[in-house]
This record gives sequence, C-alpha cells and structure tokens, in this order.
Amino acid sequence: MSSVLYDAQGPRAKRRNVLLTAVFLVALAALLWWVYRALDEKGQLEWAKWEMFFTGTEAWSTYIWPGLKNTLTAAALSVLIALPLGAVLGISRLSDHVWIRVPAAIVVEFFRAIPVLVLMIFGLALFAEYTDVSSDDRPLYAVITGLVLYNASVLAEIVRAGILALPKGQSEAAMAIGMRKGQVMRVILLPQAVTTMLPAIVSQLVVIVKDTALGGAVLTFSELLAAASTMSAYYGANTIASFTVVAVIFIAINFALTSFASWLERRLRRAKKSTGAVLTADDNQPNAGATTGAF
Amino acid sequence: MFDFLEGYDLLGAFWTTVQLTVLSAVGSLIWGTLLAAMRVGPVPLMRGFGTAYVNIVRNIPLTVIILFTSLGLSQTLGVNLGADEVDSINFRLAVLGLILYTSAFVCEALRSGINTVPVGQAEAARAIGLSFSQVLGLVVLPQAFRSSVAPLANVLIALTKNTTVAAAIGVAEAALLMKEMIENEAALLLIAAIFAFGFVCLTLPTGLILGWVGKKVAVKR
Repeated sequence: MSSVLYDAQGPRAKRRNVLLTAVFLVALAALLWWVYRALDEKGQLEWAKWEMFFTGTEAWSTYIWPGLKNTLTAAALSVLIALPLGAVLGISRLSDHVWIRVPAAIVVEFFRAIPVLVLMIFGLALFAEYTDVSSDDRPLYAVITGLVLYNASVLAEIVRAGILALPKGQSEAAMAIGMRKGQVMRVILLPQAVTTMLPAIVSQLVVIVKDTALGGAVLTFSELLAAASTMSAYYGANTIASFTVVAVIFIAINFALTSFASWLERRLRRAKKSTGAVLTADDNQPNAGATTGAF
Repeated sequence: MFDFLEGYDLLGAFWTTVQLTVLSAVGSLIWGTLLAAMRVGPVPLMRGFGTAYVNIVRNIPLTVIILFTSLGLSQTLGVNLGADEVDSINFRLAVLGLILYTSAFVCEALRSGINTVPVGQAEAARAIGLSFSQVLGLVVLPQAFRSSVAPLANVLIALTKNTTVAAAIGVAEAALLMKEMIENEAALLLIAAIFAFGFVCLTLPTGLILGWVGKKVAVKR
C-alpha cells in the first residue's frame, strides 16, 4: 500500500506499521473495555434494557415510528417550502436591479448568520403570540419555520453558485437569439443549473434531518430524539439502549442520503454532456458547515 | 425601551457562548488534525478508524450527541469530567460533545486542504528521503492549513452557531437566555432582534476576517 504521501514500505516501515497498529489496537481495546465496564457496572447491558427493541413491536409502534414520522414530516415539509423560496432568493441575488439584489442578499446573509435554534425559539413564541395555531401544533410549525428560514438562505446560495458555475456562453447565446432575461433564466440557465446543484441539495437534506432533532430537545416537538427520552423514562432508565437505537436510525437515514449525494455527484461528473462544474457538498454552503451537508 | 433587560445577564450569556466556541474550536482543531493524519496515513487500521469516525459522527445530529453526554455519560454512567457542580459539569459535557462532533468536519476541511497541495510537493519531499510524518508535518500540512483557512472558517462559524445546542442540556448560553426572556417578558420582537444582532456580531466578522486571512495566506499557484 502506498500513496503520494508515503513510499512503498520496506522491512523497517512494515515493522513500524505493525507496531503502530498494535499500539492503536491496544488503545482502542482499552477504550472499548472502559466503555464496556462502565456500561456493565451500571447494568446498562442487561437484556431487560434492550429486549423491547428486539422482541415485540410496542417500542417501535408506540415511540420510534411516531417519532420518526414526525421527524420525516418536518424535514419533508421544510424542504418543500425552502426549495422554491431558496430558488427565488438565489435568482433575486443575481438580478440586474439593485433594489431586488440588495434586499435578497441581506435576507440571505442575515438568516445564515443566525443559529437555527434561535429561529425556532423565536418561531414558537411568534406562533403563540400572533396566531391561533393550537399549542399541540406549535412546535411543528416553529421547527418548520426555523428550518425554512435557514435552509432557504443556504439553498439560495447553492442556486446562485449553480447558475454562476454555468459557462457564460450559455446565456450569451440565448440572448443572441433574442430571448428575454426571464426566458434565459427559465429556459436555458435553470434547467442546466438544477442538475449541477442536485448533489449539494441532497446533502442539504442531511442538515435538515439532523436539525429537526433540535425541536425535540428544546421545543417539545415529539420527534425521534424526544422518543428516546420518553422511552428511557417508560422502560426504566434504558438511556443507553434508547439513544443507541435512535442514533443508529439517524445514521442510517443520513448515510443513505450522503451516499446518494456522492453517487449523484460521481454520475454527473461522468456525464459528458454536463456543461458547468458539478457543485459538491463541500462548495457553496459556507455557514451550513463543511462537507457533505453538514452542520 | 430596554428596561426589561434588567435582571438578565445578557453579556454573561454571550460570554458563555464565546467560551464554548473557543474551547471547542481549539479541541476540535487538535482532534480533527489527528483524525485527518490518521485518514491519510500508512496504517490501515487507523485509516479505517478515521473514516468510520467521520462517517458516523457527521451523520448523527449534534443534538443527539450533546443530549447523550448529559443523559448517558453523566447521569447514567457517572462521567462528570472532573467537575462537581451541575453548571460546570454541563458546560464541560457540552464542550466535549461539540469537540467530538466538530472534529469530524475539521478533519474533512483539512483533507480537502491536503488535496489542494500539488502532488509534486509530496513527491519531492519523499525523493529527498523524508518519512511520512516529515512529509506530512513539514511539507504538506503547513501548505494544507493555509489553503484550509476558508473551509475551517466555515466550520468555526457553524460551531459558533452550534453552541446554542448546549441549551438543550441547560448550559446558560445565549439561546437559553433568549428562551427564558421570551417566556417572561412581553417584548418578543425586541428580544429576538437583540439576540439576532448578537449572533450576527459573532459570526459575520469571523467570516469576513478569516475570509480575508484565507486569501492572504493561501499559497498562490
């Protein structure tokens, strides 16, 4: 095994690698042993704390499935509202008119600079004070409001970058055959940009799914994470088991989305027809945090 | 107009936010660099560990991690990180959670930085007989860090905003104070504006300054 960073290994390097592997293995084993001892000491590994997830369906049908459904509902609704809003904001930032461009830029930069949780807390109070949304529905509304405001601005940046990444010849040629500005955008630029943006949009989904958990922890929104707390209360302090199950579900969903995004990205890169650069998850979502969607 | 602010420690709350940010930033920079080194290194086991760590951690919501440090680590397993009183236990747990989470993104930012270093640099370093740790430590990482300033700045901004998640385990930072104030005071819009302004003050300059620094220090190629 060699890479750009190190040479093919000779006998000494091989010996050193074996040594390093051994040391690392020992450290890892020590950590796992410590975790095992800690869990065992507190009785968290007893079968009684785990069996409800493997035998019977009560835990799944009463707690996990309703929670998961709420998580997915909130995420899906947020995406559906945020996508068109983000597209409008992103295109507005490219407008020729200052009075459209500047306000759009201010909105986008403002909502990207503020934590989603702050937006959600604000949304909750806003719905309580100025609308007659019932108090059961308010957390869902607040979560969606926070997610839409934040993610629409992130998606706006993705849309803008996607359009800017197209070769200039595309819009020049469209204008040369006499299209109006709106036509150029609608008929020429957007259809091409959408394909290049797809991977970045899919990885933004990961961020949205992850952020719904905020609603469960702070806003009493009964999603998947809140289900873990309820479960551990109901089944007698099986905190570790409940959190493990919930974490595994989150990882499964998000890993599927991440893999789908990178598959899309590879596919689009391979396609010879594509014109602009493919927007990876890494580019153009500054505040959303680094790679593959993220924060 | 601002009478309702009396009795609330607004600056103290934002100071806690800053402390959370700085401590977690330093911690995750160290752990993230180690992870990045593992992921590009010659030892297969470490590579596997680094890859698995990043893929698992960045797909879990930060909220789950932070809540787990409190409910799981502290309350179930009795890990209190050497603190006695509830406030400092929660603060340390929040920092731990933020470090564990953010380092996965630091690792990815650094790895993308390592990818911008031309292959010839590492090849030349190997040609003059440097070992892997010398290639990485003396030649590749110094250049990688310089071109990672922009992505790392994004991670730092995201981290600043993510510190609000510590409100979930009762750390007295800005978002928790905002929730408390909204519950007790009538001036909803004004309170929201104040906290929004606070966060804009924290994140916008970070982005602008580090963006400028990033352009300044990036290796021109």
